[in-house]
Amino acid sequence: MAFADTVRHRYQTDLEGIKAAGLFKEERYIHSPQSSEIDVEFPIGSVTRRCINICANNYLGLSSHPEVIAAAHAGLDARGYGMSSVRFICGTQDIHRELENRLTAFLGTEDTLLFPSCMDANAGFFEACLNEQDVMIADRLVHASIVDGMRLCKGMQDTYKHSDMGHLEEKLQEHQDKRSRMVITDGVFSMDGDTAKLADIVALAETYNATVFVDDSHATGFMGKTGRGTHEHCGVFGKIDVITTTLGKALGGASGGCVSGRHELVEMCRQRARPYLFSNAVAPVIVAGALKVLDLISASTDRRDKLEWNARYWRGLLKEAGFDLKEGDTPIVPVMLYDAKLAQDFARDLFDEGVYAIGFFFPVVPKGQARIRTQLSAAHDKHHLDAAIEGFKKVGKKHAILGLARKELMARAAA
Amino acid sequence: MDEITRVVRDYITREYLQEGDDRQITEKTPLISSGIVDSFSMVSLLRFLEKKYSIDIPDQCATPEAFDTVERIVELVRRFQKAEVVRS
Repeated sequence: MAFADTVRHRYQTDLEGIKAAGLFKEERYIHSPQSSEIDVEFPIGSVTRRCINICANNYLGLSSHPEVIAAAHAGLDARGYGMSSVRFICGTQDIHRELENRLTAFLGTEDTLLFPSCMDANAGFFEACLNEQDVMIADRLVHASIVDGMRLCKGMQDTYKHSDMGHLEEKLQEHQDKRSRMVITDGVFSMDGDTAKLADIVALAETYNATVFVDDSHATGFMGKTGRGTHEHCGVFGKIDVITTTLGKALGGASGGCVSGRHELVEMCRQRARPYLFSNAVAPVIVAGALKVLDLISASTDRRDKLEWNARYWRGLLKEAGFDLKEGDTPIVPVMLYDAKLAQDFARDLFDEGVYAIGFFFPVVPKGQARIRTQLSAAHDKHHLDAAIEGFKKVGKKHAILGLARKELMARAAA
Repeated sequence: MDEITRVVRDYITREYLQEGDDRQITEKTPLISSGIVDSFSMVSLLRFLEKKYSIDIPDQCATPEAFDTVERIVELVRRFQKAEVVRS
């Protein structure tokens, strides 16, 4: 046995260090399907509690939609449970390619390749498509999976200040000597809920001969008038070279992701992207469910319209109650507290009030930027939001933060 | 303040502070541990130093500790400037 006591002790010390730093993560067990109301066991071993869920990525409320569940059941019956293979050996069914073609049409691109997750799509893309002759220029707030993917690639890495187009232009000028330049951004930034300036980014990319990569995981299905994503929202539909996105959020919320974009780049991923080459195919049941999701959101914009209404209504309620919010026009509405301990206490108190939300703090967000990230869903009805705001107000009063200006909140956090 | 310190401080202010962020970067301001510079964006600082001072800083020396203040960065630059002189 190589796991000697000294080795065990080292890991125990590391884990104690994580706890002491207040960074220890614990799961809460949910005893119901994902929805606007869930039954939560927390702390572990306690009786479950019915809560309003305001922190899921279930933007379109399709995670437990009866038609999606029925389609998944039918897919299970027709195509089986698993593929027991990577895609290129014997893991590709007709429905995998059908889903890729449907995603291509929905996103307005040239081709699509499914990955086990968008994390995998981002981890695999850069190494497959770029090398030391190229430069990747990323917004500093891109998702961690992009950071990991860039680190696996031999291409030069650079970054620009969050959504600072002047800084991006400087970087594009600086790297004119490279074979190619790729500008990399999230469509909607998951922690702040703000939207990339994609029209400006596309214009700069055209001026400086660069390609554009967008992770649209927090946008596909609802941003833009027909829910195609941030590129539709910003008026640059069809002009993004690479979109990565997920089936694990608005599009049913199960799992799976994709690279969608220029045909040659997608084909390079099929030939070289290691997470694609060395992971099992997405399970048929998920593919069948995702196809139904695309049917639903292509037939009607009702769900994304309701989500838009909910987000606007919720923002209004929070503002009226006197909370400090990050500005934005997405279903991600961060309630700013600036203090890591307060964020944790606030989330715990919300749970006691029957509202399920999570505090985020460093290193997930920058130091001094702790918050409760709320996320809206088309599964929320007005009465959910009216009840949730009562919980927020009660907890806000308890911690005496309602109506405080941003500077006052920050000063309190720094004290 | 000597020339290298001024150059490094000005670069960090320009490269890392968002518009409207009026924090003053001093020689002892924590950069990494305060979150002003993170390991992802540190690459551009490393490349700037190598290009500006014609030095090579190996990856194992470009640690968060070595980059945590302007003072330490300047020490690092000086150390590798000397190494370059010896090598040449």
